[in-house]
Amino acid sequence: MPEPDTAARQRWMSVLARAAADQLAELLQAAPALPGCTVLRGPESGLVMLRGRAGGGGGPFNLGEMSVTRCTVRSASGFVGHAYAQGRCARQARLAAELDAALQDPALHDALQAAVVAPLAASQQAARDGQAARAAATRVQFFTLATMRSS
Amino acid sequence: MAYVAVKGGERAIDNAHAWLAEDRRGDPAVPEITLAQIQQQMGRAVDRVMAEGALYDRELAALAIKQAQGDLIEAAFLLRAYRTTLPRFGYSSPADTAAMRIRRRVSAVYKDLPGGQVLGPTYDYTHRLLDFALAADGRPPAPAAQAPAEAATMPRVSDILRDEDLIEGDGARDLGREPGDLTREPLAFPAPRDVRLQALARGDEGFLLAMGYSTQRGWGGSHPFVGEVRVGEVAIEIVPPELGFAIDIGDVTLTECQMVNQFKGSKTKPPQFTRGYGLVFGHAERKAMGMALVDRAMRAEEFGEEATAPAQNVEFMLYHSDNIEGTGFVEHLKLPHYVDFQSELETIRRMRREAEVVG
Repeated sequence: MPEPDTAARQRWMSVLARAAADQLAELLQAAPALPGCTVLRGPESGLVMLRGRAGGGGGPFNLGEMSVTRCTVRSASGFVGHAYAQGRCARQARLAAELDAALQDPALHDALQAAVVAPLAASQQAARDGQAARAAATRVQFFTLATMRSS
Repeated sequence: MAYVAVKGGERAIDNAHAWLAEDRRGDPAVPEITLAQIQQQMGRAVDRVMAEGALYDRELAALAIKQAQGDLIEAAFLLRAYRTTLPRFGYSSPADTAAMRIRRRVSAVYKDLPGGQVLGPTYDYTHRLLDFALAADGRPPAPAAQAPAEAATMPRVSDILRDEDLIEGDGARDLGREPGDLTREPLAFPAPRDVRLQALARGDEGFLLAMGYSTQRGWGGSHPFVGEVRVGEVAIEIVPPELGFAIDIGDVTLTECQMVNQFKGSKTKPPQFTRGYGLVFGHAERKAMGMALVDRAMRAEEFGEEATAPAQNVEFMLYHSDNIEGTGFVEHLKLPHYVDFQSELETIRRMRREAEVVG
C-alpha cells in the first residue's frame, strides 16, 4: 500500500529523472548540503523493455529496449533513496538517488524542493509548453467556402 | 553449413582496420563530427538506428552512426550487439499513446477531429528542391511560430471513431500471458500479433515500405486510409519492486500510425473497418505507415481472407523483416567458402565426365 506521500515522491522522482547531472549539481550549490550517503546499489546501467499496446489500447507487446541507469543510497539520517533515469549517466542517477533520500527527510524537504525540484519542474514544463505552442501554430485552421448554389 | 578456419590473414586484417579508421575520419583538415552534432542535426538517422537497433538511446545511436560512417544498418547492428552487454532491469508499463504530447497529428479520414490537424515539423508540402542556403555557413533559422495551445494531448482517432461500432476496437487489453519477447525466445510459428508487432517495430524500414507498398498495388490489397499518424513524446513508467509504485523515468519520442482498412465482412463479422497498427521509436512516419499496412495484411487469416500475397504470409514477413539477420546471412557469403566450393567443383567435373561417357 503506497504511503500517503507517494504522489509527492512520484512527482519529484519524475522531475529528477529528466534532469541532467550538471543541472542537478548546479542547483545543489545553492541548496542545503546533502547528508552523507552510503551507496547500496549502483549506479549501474541496464535496459528496460518498453511496451506498447496493439492498436494503442489493446494487448501489450514489446516495442524495444531503452537504456536506464539506477542507483540506491541510504542517507546518514536513515532514508533510502532510489533513482531510475533514462540514459547511461551514473552521476545523474547518484545525485538523483541522494536527492530522493534527502527529500524524504522532513528537515530537508522544503528547502530542497524549493532550491532543486521546483526550478527543474518549471524549466521542464516550460519546454513542454514551448513545444505545445509550436505545435498549435501548425494546426490547420479550416474555413468553409460559401458555395454559389443555394440548397 | 561448413566453415573452415583460415589462418594467415591477421596482419592483413589489422592493416585493413587501420585503413578503415583513417577512411572513417576522412581529411583531418576537416573538423571531426561530434556525437552532439549527429544527435541534433542527423535526428532522423538517429531515430532509424534506434528503431532497427531496438534500443532507445540517442547518444549511443549517434556513436554507432559515427563509427559506421553513416551506414545505418551497420550502426543498428552495433546497437544490437551493445545491448547484449547490459542487464535487463525489467519491463515498462505499456506506453499510453493517447497521453502523447503531440508534435504532429494528422488524419486523412476525419477533417474536424477533436484536437485538429497538427502538421508539426514535416517534410510534407515541401517542394523537394535542394536548399543551397544550407550549403553555405547558415545563420540560425528564425524561431518557429507559437500559438496558444488548447491541450498538449488529444484523443486517438480510433477511440473517436469507435463509438459507431463501424470500426473494429483495439481488442482485449489482457493477453492472459506475458507478451512474447524476441530478445529472449526465438521466433516460432504461428506467431501471435504481439510477437509480430515486436518484430515489425525493429524491422527494416525499406522492407516495410516495400511490402506495405505491395499491398497498395494489389498484392493483398486492403484499401487503406490513414486514420491517424501522430508523433510526439510519451512518458515511460516502470514499477520497481523495491518501491512498489509506478515511477516515471523519462520520455521517448514515438510515431504511431492507425491505418483503417475496408472489410467486406465474413460469416462471423459484419462489414466494418478493420485496422493495422504501427508504433516506432523516434520520428519515423514512413516506417510506422509501412508497419501498419503489413500488420493488417498479416491479419488475413484472422479475418478469413485468402492469404495469397507475400505481405500476408506471416512466416515470409517475419523471417525477412530483420535487416541485422539479413545482412548477416547475405554478407557471410563473403567469408571463405573454399572447401564448399572445391566440393561443388568436383561434383560439376564428375557430372561433365559422366555426361561425356553417356554422349
